[in-house]
Amino acid sequence: MSTIAVIDYGMGNLRSVAKALEFVAASHKIIVTNDEKLIRSADRIVFPGQGAIGSAMQELESRNLVSLLKDLVRQKPFLGICLGLQALISHSEEDGGTQGLDIIKGDTLHFGPLFKKNRIPSHLKIPHMGWNQVKQTQAHALWENIPDLTRFYFVHSYYVSPQDANVVTGSCDYGGEFCAAAGFDNLFAVQFHPEKSQQTGLQLLKNFVNWDV
Amino acid sequence: MSLAKRIIPCLDVDNGRVVKGVKFVEIRDAGDPVEIARRYDQEGADEITFLDITASSDNRETMVHVVEQVASEVFIPLTVGGGIRQVEDIRRMLNAGADKVGINTAAVFNPDLVKQASKKVGSQCIVVAIDAKCVSTEGQPKRWEIFTHGGRKTTGLDAIEWAEKMAAYGAGEILLTSMDRDGTKIGFDLELTSRVSDAINIPVIASGGVGNLDHLVDGVIKGKADAVLAASIFHFGEYTIGQAKQHMADKGVEVRL
Repeated sequence: MSTIAVIDYGMGNLRSVAKALEFVAASHKIIVTNDEKLIRSADRIVFPGQGAIGSAMQELESRNLVSLLKDLVRQKPFLGICLGLQALISHSEEDGGTQGLDIIKGDTLHFGPLFKKNRIPSHLKIPHMGWNQVKQTQAHALWENIPDLTRFYFVHSYYVSPQDANVVTGSCDYGGEFCAAAGFDNLFAVQFHPEKSQQTGLQLLKNFVNWDV
Repeated sequence: MSLAKRIIPCLDVDNGRVVKGVKFVEIRDAGDPVEIARRYDQEGADEITFLDITASSDNRETMVHVVEQVASEVFIPLTVGGGIRQVEDIRRMLNAGADKVGINTAAVFNPDLVKQASKKVGSQCIVVAIDAKCVSTEGQPKRWEIFTHGGRKTTGLDAIEWAEKMAAYGAGEILLTSMDRDGTKIGFDLELTSRVSDAINIPVIASGGVGNLDHLVDGVIKGKADAVLAASIFHFGEYTIGQAKQHMADKGVEVRL
């Protein structure tokens, strides 16, 4: 039986991610774990997360997951979700500046300055919370059977800005265009929550489970 | 292309059963929160909120099981409120599969709970529920105060200042209920809603008073709410969530169809 490891590093609601995967991948074994051996032997990796990047990086370090993640991201189908996308970026301005895993070169930025730059009226709320449309900027196996501009559920106050525009696979607009999905090789990472995005989100997870890199 | 305004049906749950009667014609068990949540999900609800009104704390575990069951088959955000007193209660609900937890009375008596909780689990999980009632007399500048115990006890706290304080303490969202309008079906208190929404930079969910679909539109356009919550108009089958969304879209509100 093929296994999908959901990385448990104490950041947020992993149960919903596991439940959604179980729903779409009945023939796979879903494990929520921080055990290096189990993670290494899994066929696919899901790296979720919610909360602040500072504590996330501390939690990853205290569980010795940093180098493991850097290895795995080159080896197997790897899906980052929300904070799991932001942690892959080189640097975040959250928590007074935090170094990330540097797997995707770029910065994680707060929405505030983006609104200012684009002269957005102050009624636009932070966090960006709710259902917003995602533009598929590149064809990708994970977008299969999902129409362009379908809405996904977002909750975040920071967004990622990769240096290399070619890694952006999807974009969204909230006071300005930002990267909603990024990926290359066997990596795909999303800012939104597929596990909370109803049929569309389940479809994306299904695509990940069936993704033949 | 922009963020959709959210429509959130709210269910009152007592001892694991939905109360205030949900009347769907073809539903098998109108008291089953799982079945009703499934229905709202199919109709296109953007989120679902459960309010646990179980009086005895001995029976709180029941709500945990309800959340577990709903979360294993309904894949939209779930909020649970009612009876949340400490960070441990919040954790238990999140572990059961809730995405957000509503804190109401406990925030009034222990505002630091909001601070602690948002630090521990992240602001995005913390919804502060505010029950506000207008206390000014006619001709005076409007003033709303926070009430507890189902609108019976005033706290003397100004609703707008309180919302600002809760936002500063780390609330991710405010669920604003007008106690004057709750159950009246004459529409949201739009002045209260827009005043709170203007005062804070986090999303506001309008609640209390919805009687028809225009009220939902007003809540967003005039009340400047980011989301609208309603119970009875959906429960009694007067309108489906789909009809509500179509109506809002026809009136120019961005919704997820």
